[in-house]
Amino acid sequence: MVNGTSSDAAHAQLVTTRDGDALVLRPEGNWTLLASIPPLAAVLADAFDNDIRRVSFDCRALVAWDSRLVVLVRAVAQRCAGAGITLDLAALPAGIVRLLELAEAAPEARRQGNPAPERTFLHDVGEQAITFFRSAGELIEFTGAATVACARMLRGKARFRYRDVFRVMQDVGAEALPIVSLISVLVGLILAYIGALQLSQFGASEYVANLVAIAMAREMAAMMTGIIMAGRTGAAFAAQLGTMTANEEIDALRTAAIPPIEFLVLPRIVALVLMLPLLAIYANLMGIFGGALVGLLLLDLDPLQYVTQTRAAVTLTDFATGLFKAAVYGVIVAVSGCLRGMQCGRSAAAVGEATTSAVVTGIVFIVVASATLTIVYEVLGL
Amino acid sequence: MNEARAPAQVSVEGLAVGYGERTVQSGLDFTIRRGSVFVIMGPSGCGKSTVLRAMVGLLEPRAGRVCYGDESFWDADADRRDHLRRRFGVMYQGGALWSSMTVAENVSLPLTEHTRLDAATIRQLAELKLALVGLSGFEDFYPAEISGGMNKRVGVARALALDPEVVYFDEPSAGLDPISARRLDDTLLALRDGLGCTMVLVTHELDSIFAIADDAVLLDAASGTMIAQGNPRELRDHSDDARVRRFLRRGET
Repeated sequence: MVNGTSSDAAHAQLVTTRDGDALVLRPEGNWTLLASIPPLAAVLADAFDNDIRRVSFDCRALVAWDSRLVVLVRAVAQRCAGAGITLDLAALPAGIVRLLELAEAAPEARRQGNPAPERTFLHDVGEQAITFFRSAGELIEFTGAATVACARMLRGKARFRYRDVFRVMQDVGAEALPIVSLISVLVGLILAYIGALQLSQFGASEYVANLVAIAMAREMAAMMTGIIMAGRTGAAFAAQLGTMTANEEIDALRTAAIPPIEFLVLPRIVALVLMLPLLAIYANLMGIFGGALVGLLLLDLDPLQYVTQTRAAVTLTDFATGLFKAAVYGVIVAVSGCLRGMQCGRSAAAVGEATTSAVVTGIVFIVVASATLTIVYEVLGL
Repeated sequence: MNEARAPAQVSVEGLAVGYGERTVQSGLDFTIRRGSVFVIMGPSGCGKSTVLRAMVGLLEPRAGRVCYGDESFWDADADRRDHLRRRFGVMYQGGALWSSMTVAENVSLPLTEHTRLDAATIRQLAELKLALVGLSGFEDFYPAEISGGMNKRVGVARALALDPEVVYFDEPSAGLDPISARRLDDTLLALRDGLGCTMVLVTHELDSIFAIADDAVLLDAASGTMIAQGNPRELRDHSDDARVRRFLRRGET
């Protein structure tokens, strides 16, 4: 059973010898992570029986060892402690004894308190409901605080710097023009193309101009700009404020008696409420331009005819309803981005979660607001 | 320090703090004398910083009061709280500088928000505060462009911006090499002597504690309350509580 080929790096085995009530464990060869050793549980189960009173080791044939051997000794030690067997560690390498002492040293005291009871389905439902209402409450509270801050601004009492407003306006406005252009032209193209397929069946291709103009003016320009802003700006707000929360910069503002809602949130809301309608006007133009491309190139409409048709189709009211929606989306994107940023935990991972959550919250509320406003407009006959 | 009869600047009465369902520390009673250096010490995770958050008005305590003079911070209304906040400065662990502003803007923001001084005066005040912490010439750098140790020192300068009566420091020497940590201790003592402010530090660095503290409380994690109060050197030499001696003599072999 024993052969001396210790040069084989993978060779290792445990030889057990019985002598009356004493058991001698003899690890041989290379007891390393690379060694192939049969499962220890089975070997030990065979070796131990109820008559054993003493266990010792014999390491003379041991060539090399690492934590693989420490695991064995620890398993043996636990077995012995459980069965009241005397364990003699004297023959083991000194390093192993040190490691065992370290591992058995008193672990960090667990926090007192009972382990959490097993959770039932009802428990989870209840907890989710409480979380939902709590987060709804936080949203309302934050919106209220932002409203108060806006009122203070109108009375000229808010602590914020107009410089910050202009900087945010540049970030969210001018620098968003390329992406808004691209998306709006494409949305115009898509609307016109789908409209053309249907309308040409009735020989009413020129009404593509009406379709594109009304859809862009009343819904799509504001909605697409809002969604772009939720992804681009809402996420950025959440990341900026989240990082500031994680770095205690928000706390530093609070202890300096500078309310973060006024100093950080207000400029962002103001900038976005001003810029989102402007971007929506621009998106309108771009969308109508995209529709015109389809009309002129695909349907062979006369450019003048397309312009006349468009001008006849949309009224100033159509644009106004769309722009009002855009302003509302601006509030939604700014509030949800800032709220998630201010709620952020104190770690880098929390900043990522806050960003994701800001985008989701923003888009959900944009769609809800869009539906609500459409109904309101319907009732008002706009 | 011969200030045993100096009046109380900050007094903490029966304070209890915690997060969620867990109370971290409770039953805290101590007073901080005007002009003294006071240390809140204790092992990592015992809730020192949480206590500090309650004292500077960031975390509402479970129970008890934090009084500045005769006025209880948490019983005051929002305007009075803001008024009290202007009487103390806080230096945060990593500096917590506002990253979108330069070093000088960081120090001047409390001044621009809370005083009617003109821009040139504010700039001079900011330059002075930065010079006091050895950062002359760094006024127009952004926090990301200077080292972590410098960020902390700017944090000190910003905490001093409004010439506060009390300055709080959260782990001022954490993350500094021993020499920089000693230099910071010396700076703090010199600032205290020069500006006459009260300083409250949260730390577990024994060298700092023995070097600069006039008074201290020791918080204990297991019992969740304070287990000693007094001059740290005297506590080290004369306390009959084994936990206190163990904490204060860690560094000795």
